[in-house]
Amino acid sequence: MSGPSDFQPTNPALKWIERRLPIMGLMHSSFVAYPTPRNLNYWWTFGAILSLMLGVQILTGVILAMHYTPHADMAFKSVELIVRDVNYGWLLRNIHASGASMFFFAVYIHMFRGLYYGSYKEPREVLWILGVIIYLLMMATGFMGYVLPWGQMSFWGATVITNLFSAVPYFGESIVTLLWGGYAVGNPTLNRFFSLHYLLPFVIAGVVVLHVWALHVAGQNNPAGVEAKTEKDTVPFTPYATIKDMFGVSCFLLFYAWFIFYMPNYLGDPENYIPANPAVTPPHIVPEWYYLPFYAILRSIPNKLAGVVAMFGAIVVLAFLPWLDNAKTRSSKYRPLAKQFFWVFVAVCIGLGYLGAQPPEGIYVIVGRILTVLYFAYFLILLPLLSRIEKPRPVPNSIADDVLAKSGGKAAPMVSSVIALMVAAGLLLGGVDSARAAEGGNKPPAQKWSFSGPFGKFDRGAVQRGLKVYKEVCSSCHGLSFVAFRNLAEAGGPGYSVAQAAAFASEYKVKDGPNDQGEMFERPGRPADYFPSPFPNEQAARAANGGAFPPDLSLITKARSYGRGFPLFLIDFFTQYQEQGPDYVAAVLQGYEEKPPAGFNLPEGSFYNRYFPGHSIKMPKPLSDGQVTFDDGSPATVAQYAKDVTTFLMWAAEPHMEARKQLGLQVFVFLILLTVLLYFTKKKVWANAH
Amino acid sequence: MTTASSADHPTRRDFLYVATGAVAAVGAAATVWPLVSQMNPDASTIAAGAPIEVDLTPIAEGQDIKVFWRGKPIYISHRTKKQIEEARKVPVASLPDPQSDESRVKAGHDQWLVVIGICTHLGCIPIAHEGAYDGFFCPCHGSVYDTSGRIRQGPAPSNLPVPPYTFVSDTKIQIG
Ligand code: FES
Repeated sequence: MSGPSDFQPTNPALKWIERRLPIMGLMHSSFVAYPTPRNLNYWWTFGAILSLMLGVQILTGVILAMHYTPHADMAFKSVELIVRDVNYGWLLRNIHASGASMFFFAVYIHMFRGLYYGSYKEPREVLWILGVIIYLLMMATGFMGYVLPWGQMSFWGATVITNLFSAVPYFGESIVTLLWGGYAVGNPTLNRFFSLHYLLPFVIAGVVVLHVWALHVAGQNNPAGVEAKTEKDTVPFTPYATIKDMFGVSCFLLFYAWFIFYMPNYLGDPENYIPANPAVTPPHIVPEWYYLPFYAILRSIPNKLAGVVAMFGAIVVLAFLPWLDNAKTRSSKYRPLAKQFFWVFVAVCIGLGYLGAQPPEGIYVIVGRILTVLYFAYFLILLPLLSRIEKPRPVPNSIADDVLAKSGGKAAPMVSSVIALMVAAGLLLGGVDSARAAEGGNKPPAQKWSFSGPFGKFDRGAVQRGLKVYKEVCSSCHGLSFVAFRNLAEAGGPGYSVAQAAAFASEYKVKDGPNDQGEMFERPGRPADYFPSPFPNEQAARAANGGAFPPDLSLITKARSYGRGFPLFLIDFFTQYQEQGPDYVAAVLQGYEEKPPAGFNLPEGSFYNRYFPGHSIKMPKPLSDGQVTFDDGSPATVAQYAKDVTTFLMWAAEPHMEARKQLGLQVFVFLILLTVLLYFTKKKVWANAH
Repeated sequence: MTTASSADHPTRRDFLYVATGAVAAVGAAATVWPLVSQMNPDASTIAAGAPIEVDLTPIAEGQDIKVFWRGKPIYISHRTKKQIEEARKVPVASLPDPQSDESRVKAGHDQWLVVIGICTHLGCIPIAHEGAYDGFFCPCHGSVYDTSGRIRQGPAPSNLPVPPYTFVSDTKIQIG
């Protein structure tokens, strides 16, 4: 449809260029004059949203790569340095990490929209297949990106996913070794994943160009599923589609910003705040939510090779959709049966997603198998069958007729499907959450924290007292290696002056060197130094602690969590409850019991704790009343110590939390204003079209 | 945005378009800031650029050492009588970048020359005790500096800069 454009620039310089490279004409015919069906609904704005997300991910990704170190020993630390030290590093990382989820969220809506309205049918088969290729590339890119922070989930996710290829008969082992570049996932794996994670988004961008090209050749599908015939059926892309897309994008940004500024860890796994450890597998290996349905299919099949084939088959089958569904009518609006089965299929996908997050046992396996069969049956049996037996309702003669037929009341189905989608997404996420809940240990009581909620700020007094508790009690076994003394004087922290932080630092002995004689020496700490760890290495720490390794506390409040249960977990998204980590830490500190309950078999050298998973903890009761005295007259009780030290550790885990929430407020005020303005502008513009 | 304005309320509609465009432009501009600001040195780099102390006792007369501060080489030369005299003999006005030797060292510590060892031409590191003026010679494009680190010959436009430093004691300086 984007034939030669009659666009001619008037500026002589532009004219000169245009004659030699008609790029402005191309842009004009593709994005300005391009005729777009006038009956498109808001589901069609997801194309623009996806383009935006690709741009955002590439831009923030290129920037993060400027600060990231792809080395097994340094990757985790370099990500923490980005978040803590780089200007706006926390913002860029949050944008990129939640951006991946938003990208997939948008692509799923885009795909389901294509499925519902038959956008894959003749003459748009190639357009659809290019989309499937983009989706596959996205999955590969997302997976490799998740490996880069080199936390526990990164490492074990990489291990599990690369091992999928070991199912290949005869060559499996060699393929996996080739992928790893070693005998296990390690530094060479990380390096190549980084390289490919940088490369693939540009490949995606290339395929997107083809996708858009194919779209512009075939023309956009539309809710009525009839081709545009006359001028009356279409409106020019600019301003009509442009302004509508901008309004859609702006609404989407509101949703996205909620994650960036208020719920950055809502979709992440706390395990990934623990550095990769090849010796310990986390109790629940759960992929990112956007892979869960396929993960469920993989696990439903009790044969390794068949499981892997089914998993990949579940994606590849999409590419054959144009030939599996032969029905002449495109839009499911006019296909009474296909419409119902579409929603059943959506439910099957969400059900599979939910199961993907559950432990693979009991009823979950059986339901997983049923849903897997239903998934494939939809494509391989139902759609071919429907195209034969279904009697479609008559479609409108033209798009213009369709628009005239429904004046008013068209927002209702959109709103109800959005609500249905939200609930479904909640179910899926709730599934991830309840997998965590199954780990054992009582639920810690939810506490009130000064730093929770959109306006949360650290209670300076509590952070200062917590620092004292850490210094006098915890620091004898636990390090705090990502926190530097200078941080104590930074905005949003305990509120010390630069001189106070320097004085605090000078009380510590720090190893430095080698000096001119080649020897290491000790000197007083400086603000630039980090809190020294109590043990020189893990082995020494284990030897001194009966075989247990006291974890570094820098990220402990983010690395621990507990399941909140289904409805609460959803409510948390709106109330911005993110304090599971602090709840847990405070509860464990107070959860010691002198005597284990009758019948509990406490191993030698362990202690009973109500909240520790499995109840048997190696750390002796660390706090007792009166142990630390506070200058400000706060009570010297275990409850007070626990609360203060947890507040301090929350600050240590996220020193820029206050900046995040403050900027979030500004961004929201701005985005709401922009969205309202775009809404009215869109109404004004479209007033001309009706 | 369309150019034609409808008959009713043309001004109100134009105002809406302009306001929306302006707000969007402000948002775009504000978004650029973090993307650029992240290129600046991060907090750990800035903290690592704190002042350093250097002990002068091991440097014998006529010798010099090179230390690093903020990633830059700093030459500390213990100058001989002859070198100081040479530096002070030359008429200041005749120099390409006129500066007296006295203004480049600390009073009472005239034997100590502390300069940033980066050629002011294009950033190579000049070699100490070389060149026609017994000062520094830059091998890259042949700039010659005297015993006060002042440019005497070659393409470099100005003298070797003196970093901020103070004498903590007679034998110890703090750079930065
Ligand atoms: S850089 Fe020293 S002379 Fe050019």
